[in-house]
Amino acid sequence: MSPIPSTELTSRIQPAATPPSLLRNFCIIAHIDHGKSTLADRMLQLTGVVDQRAMRAQYLDRMDIERERGITIKSQAVRMPWAVEQDGTTTPYALNMIDTPGHVDFTYEVSRSLAACEGAVLLVDAAQGIEAQTLANLYLAMENDLAIIPVLNKIDLPAAQPERYAEEIAGLVGGDPADVLRVSGKTGAGVTELLDRIVATVPGPVGDAEAPARAMIFDSVYDTYRGVVTYVRVVDGQLNPREKIVMMSTRATHELLEIGVISPEAIRTQGLGVGEVGYLITGVKDVRQSKVGDTVTNASKPANQALAEYHDPRPMVFSGLYPIDGSDYPVLRDALDKLKLNDAALAYEPETSVALGFGFRVGFLGLLHLEIIRERLEREFDLDLISTAPNVVYEVTMEDRSIVTVTNPSEFPGGKIGEVREPVVKATILAPSEFIGAVMELCQSRRGDLQGMDYLSAERVEMRYMLPLAEIVFDFFDQLKSKTRGYASLDYEPAGEQAADLVKVDILLQGEQVDAFSAIVHKEKAYAYGVMMAGKLKDLIPRQQFEVPIQAAVGSRVIARETIRAIRKDVLAKCYGGDISRKRKLLEKQKEGKKRMKTIGRVDVPQEAFIAALSSDDSGGKDKPKK
Amino acid sequence: MTPALPDGEVPPPDGHLPGWVGQATPEVPGFGVYLHVPFCAVRCGYCDFNTYTASELGGGASQLAYAQTALREIDLAARTLEAVGRGSREVGTVFVGGGTPTVLPTEDLVRMLDHVRGTWGLESGAEVTTEANPDSVTPGSLARLAEAGFTRVSFGMQSAVPHVLATLERTHDPARVPEAVRWAQDAGLAVSLDLIYGTPGESLDDWRRSVETAVACGVDHVSAYALVVEPGTKMAVQVRRGELDLPDGDDQAAKYELVDDLLEASGLAWYEVSNWARTPADACQHNLAYWRGADWWGIGPGAHSHVGAGERAVRWWNVKHPRAYASRLEGGLSPAAGRELLGPAEVGLERTLLGSRIREGLAVASLTARARTAVAGLVADELLDGRSALQGRVVLTRRGRLLADTVVRALTD
Repeated sequence: MSPIPSTELTSRIQPAATPPSLLRNFCIIAHIDHGKSTLADRMLQLTGVVDQRAMRAQYLDRMDIERERGITIKSQAVRMPWAVEQDGTTTPYALNMIDTPGHVDFTYEVSRSLAACEGAVLLVDAAQGIEAQTLANLYLAMENDLAIIPVLNKIDLPAAQPERYAEEIAGLVGGDPADVLRVSGKTGAGVTELLDRIVATVPGPVGDAEAPARAMIFDSVYDTYRGVVTYVRVVDGQLNPREKIVMMSTRATHELLEIGVISPEAIRTQGLGVGEVGYLITGVKDVRQSKVGDTVTNASKPANQALAEYHDPRPMVFSGLYPIDGSDYPVLRDALDKLKLNDAALAYEPETSVALGFGFRVGFLGLLHLEIIRERLEREFDLDLISTAPNVVYEVTMEDRSIVTVTNPSEFPGGKIGEVREPVVKATILAPSEFIGAVMELCQSRRGDLQGMDYLSAERVEMRYMLPLAEIVFDFFDQLKSKTRGYASLDYEPAGEQAADLVKVDILLQGEQVDAFSAIVHKEKAYAYGVMMAGKLKDLIPRQQFEVPIQAAVGSRVIARETIRAIRKDVLAKCYGGDISRKRKLLEKQKEGKKRMKTIGRVDVPQEAFIAALSSDDSGGKDKPKK
Repeated sequence: MTPALPDGEVPPPDGHLPGWVGQATPEVPGFGVYLHVPFCAVRCGYCDFNTYTASELGGGASQLAYAQTALREIDLAARTLEAVGRGSREVGTVFVGGGTPTVLPTEDLVRMLDHVRGTWGLESGAEVTTEANPDSVTPGSLARLAEAGFTRVSFGMQSAVPHVLATLERTHDPARVPEAVRWAQDAGLAVSLDLIYGTPGESLDDWRRSVETAVACGVDHVSAYALVVEPGTKMAVQVRRGELDLPDGDDQAAKYELVDDLLEASGLAWYEVSNWARTPADACQHNLAYWRGADWWGIGPGAHSHVGAGERAVRWWNVKHPRAYASRLEGGLSPAAGRELLGPAEVGLERTLLGSRIREGLAVASLTARARTAVAGLVADELLDGRSALQGRVVLTRRGRLLADTVVRALTD
């Protein structure tokens, strides 16, 4: 008996006409690189929704960047048929696989995806063990009362240690290590058993088919041709084609132009019933009109109570983005407008920098989000960008009790400051126990506060720290990786704010503040930052015809100083008949180059110097070979 | 290896000039002839000029035939200028440069000068200069040049210090310089000495000694050039390998100030960034013609020529290799390899960059309105002479001479 249901059986699991008992909604929780997409591909094949020829590695990851980085940014839901034989009877099921984003930046989206499921496959690389982010998502899944199916992947790898990690996982989710399934997404081994296990373990959804419709939006994607495609999980009632729906957080009404399921291409259906997962198209053009976490109801018979309280994603990390070529500013603006259609978390407003010209201050959910957006801007819109060092949001209470919210360090207020509060995060770091010392040293140097430590196994330890977000937005993860030879993993979640002894360090060129280099740092680190930045700039800014002092200052107090000596000679010694053409062309080229210079006070600074100074290498320019 | 020729358009095979050259004639500029002699006995490690030793050419034949080939280009020049109505000007200056012109038989130099004179005529009091190596002249050869109409000789002295000369790979005996100067002066020739400063290993005292030696020779003209390590030279290779240090700009600035002090004290005044003369009449008129934007025809491989017509001008340059040069001319073709047609913007830019280098300076009125706004700031920065500015001239201060390129950029913004 084939596990792919026959035509007759399939008729029992038609969208909008499938009893909830025959539905199974599940997601896969996995760390980047642990093989989630490959496993998903294998499921699509085994359930017959994608044939061999159409199979393309990581079918569900749409964008190039995702494919290259091996990570999934946007989730999707795929409906797959699966038949199970029990006691001589074959029963068809419709499995909805809801693909979740794997990264901590998208925790809110993850939690919404989990809320759409009754079960979760916990997928762990049999050669690497569980990672911090997976652990975080596992906690979320358990909080949502999902049935957990632990699975070790990549058992085909020579380095796989399934016994060891089965024990680790069983220790975390409870149960017997022997119950941990072993699969290989690559070879397909164990995947059939996994599908059977999903049917057996994950409960069917429960809902009131007679109640007013309530469906939760767990994803919302902008499509150039279709407008916004909204992914929903129906909890109660039914959604039907052509009816009017209401978004409960905004009370906005839309007409349902199309409703359907993904399998794995979009298929129109007669609607979506209790427990079903599918998509809606209403013709709106902006994902902000169809927000993840919002509840959709029927306009003619609306529900009173939304499924969960909706909250807007809050940007945690800010960075100034500037086009290297100032004339690209409108291109950048249009590009951000386009990306925003598909990214409800992206926030930005125009900003002007003396040093960098016209750009935008952009808010991101986290560092990966920043990196992805930046890369998409450069790749899809062919923009060359400079980004300022990422910073967090500070809340400054002045002595007169007024409160200033600072998203750009150069706007940090002067005058009498009462208190500065900064966001903090609860960070979980998993690492081999031999690196405990290195991790502690790093976290302490980042003002971390150890909250607790547990051994997951004899060799692996979980450390929990409270850390200022500002201390991890720059190069914390890189440092963590390099201090643990790549073994540590990190997860963090916002944990409120704390008051801290923070100051703004300004960098002054010939007495003029260079806004792009202002930084808010802990008082004890101000000197180090000042020395580092002044030294970097000294090496990067060409000599001028006058001496240029570079100062780092906290308020009016100079804490570090470097001097660029005046250039004494800038003249071509010989300029005779045969030299003139060359000389004129050189001059023309220099004039072109000067257009790309920014003038701070009287100092001409090549844009390359800003880019280099803002780049993340923290060698301070001291170790670099001089030109 | 020789300096790359500029990029330009392909000139017409016969080298004819654009028609507009003949039409715009409010004021016909002066006319000079440059004669390039692309040969040296040996090549110096720092030199990137278009010159060849006998062995590099693979036999001396073309060296012997060179003068004859050059005469053909003079004939072509005469026809070409005639065609645009610029044929009847007498020549104000002739400059024979190289290479080392004096590696050619003296009679070859004489023959070329005679041909220029025969073709266009020389203005009365015309300046006729040849470059020379101190060790490739004799009292007899210098007397012969003077007799034939040469008025001036410029010796490549470079330094008086043996270790500096050795780094430069100059082969002459420093003691030969005062002697050669005396011979030239005895022959009635005006004499200039060329010096180079900033050679790797040269101390400030070494440099002082070189300048003082030059002054002691009693010449009326000195050129002093900062050493530039040009790409493609042997010296560039030595620097890349770490065998020699790259000349340091600050050190060269100090040496510039020293040479300026010493020469001014001995009665020679600067008249161009790298040139000093006892009286205005001792200045090199041929070079001044370049800086004033005159017309000149460069004869010889790699030579550049320039013909102006009001707000427009045409410049071209010949093929670099002596063999290619000879075969073009033998085939009745122009040896020009490329050319550029300059419009008002380029002509204006060149006027500023050339005119600002000389003591007489530029008229403030000739600057664009935008550039004029920069003058006050340049005076305040002590890059331009304030007194001259009040009189409507842009003239560099000594600090300004050292930062002349900075000034030009400010004046052409």
